[in-house]
Amino acid sequence: MFDWSILKPRLCLLCDQEINQKISWMSLLMQEQETPVCADCFTKFDPLRGELCQICSRVLSAEFRRGSLCLDCHRWEQDPDWQGFLTENRSLFHYNDYMKETIAKFKYRGDYAIAEVFSPLIKDALLTLAFDSVAVIPLSRERLLERGFNQAEALAITAGQTCIYPLARIHTEKQSKKSRRDRINLPQVFQITDPELVAGKKILLIDDIYTTGSTLRHAAKALKLAGATEIRSLTLAR
Amino acid sequence: MISPHTTTPYSPHLQYHLSGRLLLAAEIPFPSELLTEHMQAGYVAAKVGVIRENGKYQCSRCSNRNQQLFYTFPCSLCQKNCTYCRSCIMMGRVSECTELYSWTGPELHFSIPPQVMAWDGTLSDGQKTASDRVIAAVEQNEEVLVWAVCGAGKTEVLFKGIDTAISNGKRVCICTPRTDVVLELAPRIRQAFPNMDVAALYGGSEDRHLAAPLTVSTTHQLYRFANAFDTIIIDEVDAFPYSMDISLQQAVQKAKKQTSSTIYLTATPSRQMQNAYRKGKLQAVTIPARYHRKLIPVPTMKWSGNWQKQFQKKKIPLQIQSWVHDRIERNIPILLFFPSIKVMKACLPLFQNIEPHLLAVHSEDPERKEKVTLLRNREVPGLLTTTILERGVTIPRLDVAVIGAEHQVFSESALVQIAGRVGRSADHPTGNITFFHYGKSEEMVKAVWHIENMNREASKRGLLDV
Ligand SMILES: [Zn+2]
Ligand SMILES: [Zn+2]
Ligand SMILES: [Zn+2]
Ligand SMILES: [Zn+2]
Repeated sequence: MFDWSILKPRLCLLCDQEINQKISWMSLLMQEQETPVCADCFTKFDPLRGELCQICSRVLSAEFRRGSLCLDCHRWEQDPDWQGFLTENRSLFHYNDYMKETIAKFKYRGDYAIAEVFSPLIKDALLTLAFDSVAVIPLSRERLLERGFNQAEALAITAGQTCIYPLARIHTEKQSKKSRRDRINLPQVFQITDPELVAGKKILLIDDIYTTGSTLRHAAKALKLAGATEIRSLTLAR
Repeated sequence: MISPHTTTPYSPHLQYHLSGRLLLAAEIPFPSELLTEHMQAGYVAAKVGVIRENGKYQCSRCSNRNQQLFYTFPCSLCQKNCTYCRSCIMMGRVSECTELYSWTGPELHFSIPPQVMAWDGTLSDGQKTASDRVIAAVEQNEEVLVWAVCGAGKTEVLFKGIDTAISNGKRVCICTPRTDVVLELAPRIRQAFPNMDVAALYGGSEDRHLAAPLTVSTTHQLYRFANAFDTIIIDEVDAFPYSMDISLQQAVQKAKKQTSSTIYLTATPSRQMQNAYRKGKLQAVTIPARYHRKLIPVPTMKWSGNWQKQFQKKKIPLQIQSWVHDRIERNIPILLFFPSIKVMKACLPLFQNIEPHLLAVHSEDPERKEKVTLLRNREVPGLLTTTILERGVTIPRLDVAVIGAEHQVFSESALVQIAGRVGRSADHPTGNITFFHYGKSEEMVKAVWHIENMNREASKRGLLDV
């Protein structure tokens, strides 16, 4: 039977209303891309703009910077144990209330489809990042069974990427319960399952949120020590 | 083969938890071995969450069939491409690899107190007629529409019917599309039926595991029920989102037993419902008069020119300006209804030029309740609002204006509900309701006709004091 639903206007993935006004822009591929989200919802996201930290994409403010880096990145890069592991983190949006709500729906409620809201933008960002392979920050087995999917992997897959899986978690405790200092001082969070996957390669890590950057830096360190040449990351929000 | 309902013992706790329900494993706080044992004994049945028939998906929980509201993803649980329902995802994801559990063992019986109802108030003549009709519907498992004007006192009309149902061992559910209504209704129901459990169900409510002879629920929460109720009462049957959401209507069908009674309650039945009533397909009883036995104020229609253009020029049309001025001067609280949040927000500063303490409320406003309270306590002179306040708000001495009343959001039912805010209290049974427009709409004319008709019927049936 003919599926009439394809003739109906698409529904916004975030509010279920019909999309009347399409949001499109010229991407770097010089192709029109459409987001499966309505203009009202889309404008509630707040893109990162202005002068950004060269490493972590934080919006630079006068009192919280050292040259082209934010104070946090400056500190990381001063630390001989951590300098040089993460070449760059690209983030797309501010982690505002609406983004918080959207990510909660996406990963805690388990609405995988929401990944598609961001896939045109992620595809676009991927064009400007140098990498050989995409990897994602792994979830603990417990979380994976709870949610049914890894949200970072969902972002990568809906943006058309095939992932490699070189990382495994060593610690499973909730990260949010620890202070920044604790997190930075954790001996090791990840182990490498297969160094051959990464040796001599530029790796792009994808994740949903960049908070303190410690998770990504731990992953970057593990990967680099296993032979990867450069580590970049792409996160939805920070 | 295992035959169900054998003499195998069963867990009364599980029976209590699962009777009439359709739940995810995560919603059943019992060890999984217990569930498995009961399934093997035929006391519990499992149903696949999302099924595929002729290439189309259907959700077993919310009955959703809109293919746009399904999504297929690589699932870590079943290691396959797995399709889930987006329509009811706010209640936990249901997919092709999820099971929904229900009780198929011996029927649960609630212990019924000797005296079910404590309410001993008096019904108006109009209420009495409707109440008798509700009792009859409960006894004979019929469907009936109670069409009661705003301010008729429709909740009291239900009490004797509920009493009859519960006393006969029936399980009753009152459902409504809005959480606000559940919160407001549940305490009144508990007061009228104090000797038994009354479960109040809405997103995040504490009663979600409570099985009770009487349940007050949002229509959404009905997704978690199947084959549960002997009597189902649907309050504000026409209110958003119920009337717009077919799957919610199917949820009502699923939640009630095959032999059951259904009572629809509203001041503004949908056109389909009115037609069904006129054609004799749906039985109905009307309460055309308010509890205080005075006429319902009839809306005045007033042309206000091209209001949109005026507002764009940062001007309030003169007719509207003088209406507002007049109320502010006489210290009469006002509600001004706007067709959209956008228009309302743009107009707020203009109206604040007339009276700086006017405030605006809309559906996404977290301070909605507080602002209405401010108006009720006379701490602000008036509110600008969208249709969000069309129902449930009762403020003494209120006057109401609809701006751009010809706009499509103002349906007959919305306008009747809005007009229904005026003249509610017995001390002040009159008041002004004005539809400001730039060309009358059919819906406006119908709304006025609707109210006049009710007044006529009330007078004919002797339900008014002259
Ligand atoms: Zn939207
Ligand atoms: Zn930085
Ligand atoms: Zn569903
Ligand atoms: Zn699955």
